[in-house]
Amino acid sequence: MSAIVSIRRFLREAPWQLWTAQLIAVVRIELRKALWMRRSIWIYLLALSPAFIIALHGLNSPLGRNCTLAEDTNILAGIFQLFYLRLGIFFGCMGLFTWLFRGEVVEKSLHYYFLAPLRREVLVAGKFLAGVTASGFIFGLSVFLSFTFMYAHFGAPGRAFVFDGPGLSQLAAYLGVTLLACVGYGSLFLAFSLVVKNPILPGIFVLGWETFHAVLPSLLQKLSVMFYLKQLCPVSIPSDGIMALFTVVAEPVPAWIAVPGLLTLCAAILVLACFRIRRTEISYLAD
Amino acid sequence: MTPANNRIVFENVSKFYGEVLGVNRVNLSLPPGVTSLVGPNGSGKTTLMNLMTGLVRPTQGTVSVLGLTPDQPEEFFRHVGYCTQFDSFPKGVTGYEFIYQSLTLRGITRQEAQRLACEAIERLGMGEAAGRKVAGYSKGMRQRIRLAQAIAHHPTVLVLDEPLNGLDPMARAESIALFEALGREGLHVIVSSHVLHEVDKISDQVVLMSYGYVVAEGQIHGVRSEVKEHPMQILVRCGNPNRLAARLFSQDHVVEAKLNSDGKGVLVRTRDAGQFYGLLNRIVVEEDFALEAVAPADDDVNSLYQYLIGASGGRV
Repeated sequence: MSAIVSIRRFLREAPWQLWTAQLIAVVRIELRKALWMRRSIWIYLLALSPAFIIALHGLNSPLGRNCTLAEDTNILAGIFQLFYLRLGIFFGCMGLFTWLFRGEVVEKSLHYYFLAPLRREVLVAGKFLAGVTASGFIFGLSVFLSFTFMYAHFGAPGRAFVFDGPGLSQLAAYLGVTLLACVGYGSLFLAFSLVVKNPILPGIFVLGWETFHAVLPSLLQKLSVMFYLKQLCPVSIPSDGIMALFTVVAEPVPAWIAVPGLLTLCAAILVLACFRIRRTEISYLAD
Repeated sequence: MTPANNRIVFENVSKFYGEVLGVNRVNLSLPPGVTSLVGPNGSGKTTLMNLMTGLVRPTQGTVSVLGLTPDQPEEFFRHVGYCTQFDSFPKGVTGYEFIYQSLTLRGITRQEAQRLACEAIERLGMGEAAGRKVAGYSKGMRQRIRLAQAIAHHPTVLVLDEPLNGLDPMARAESIALFEALGREGLHVIVSSHVLHEVDKISDQVVLMSYGYVVAEGQIHGVRSEVKEHPMQILVRCGNPNRLAARLFSQDHVVEAKLNSDGKGVLVRTRDAGQFYGLLNRIVVEEDFALEAVAPADDDVNSLYQYLIGASGGRV
């Protein structure tokens, strides 16, 4: 009972206005770094490469080919699930979110944040929001362009599919899943960057976990970002042979559980990151 | 603010980096004014400053600044500014952006942040360079822009780790004048420096460190009088040094009295400065002796450092 009272008092007395202003300041600073730094070029290239290939596919050239709307819808679904979710967003978020704190340590500038009248939890939240905004923008833009190029070359039937058929809702679902993927992987990699110096090994472990989570026991599957994302995808892709490993959802859960489930998982990871950063000390020499 | 929480207090503070000692069992209570941290490389000066500002946490003991701890960052860093020894900046910023961005983290309005940033830049004489990228600055300019960032929010406690490094003589003199002025304004200014004669001029108190331990602390003159094993050196300038030296030789507390190299004074080494000054007064009155000047010759940080830490302490 006393815990509830103290939580209520905290919620009532906390300087929300100050924290909000500080959060916005951190997001502004970090967004500029994440979006405009030379280091981010490879993330743009990684994100935009499928859109470029799909644009070529739509051209009336040797690289282009004649497909039906149904075939292209399946191809887009395959590209989204197999490239965007498993590789593009995964590695993009790994590069972007691990650098949010590791970058500051490598460049020896983290102490400027630690010497500001700023709660470290607000710093984690601000950096995370900036990362989600940047990765969501980059990959959201890429998904939008891929979708546009995929259906643009069909002309009137393509427009009818998008505006009068299921096209727009599929696009909204793709963009929503893209954002959720950025939230999920982002929280994971941000937390990793506070624990380990080199993100490659944990990255490989997470990639393995996310790829093969389908063969894990039911409870462990729920600790995977992909578990939630797969079932939110608007178009299912064929699940024959080895592909079943990537596409089959053994125990599907409805969207109203999948979305809060993923967000809860991310919130738990971020809370752990906050505990970690509270104990973080500045010792650049050790890094 | 009560006198008790107008101080920087270390209570039995130790810091170990794994098995490496940072500082050990430090007990300090620093009043406002300019305090110099003096000691050789690796003596624990930076660790002490990092502990003060929460960049590292004590393995044991507690640190409080004006009664606050870094666990209350909103309040704590409103009062504290720290210019670290890290010569690094966020990537791609100009001098102005560097200061402006750090001010926006304080939750103040854009206009206020702009005003404070410009004020700090002007105070450090960086107005012309503020619009340029920090990456193109000279070492001295980087040092000054970091100093400007540390004072931009008008802190009550200013912690400066080797703030004179890389500064040319002009900028050095200006910075020293700035520290002095801030100290006179009632701020806590904590300075670590290896340029002993410069910090000596501006320090109200000194903390001497060696191998992670505080060897001595307090006002320089007070600390000097506690160092009994090294007789105090006093230079007496007068017209007839031979007569004065002869008169002093007979005193028990005078260890040595030798003529100064220019022949216009006597350098006296005495175990009891109080008794010596009393004697000198008597000589002047009784024998109508004309004195030009009397000044302690080893009552400074440099001498204290040599006596307490010496060559074993390494290079400062």
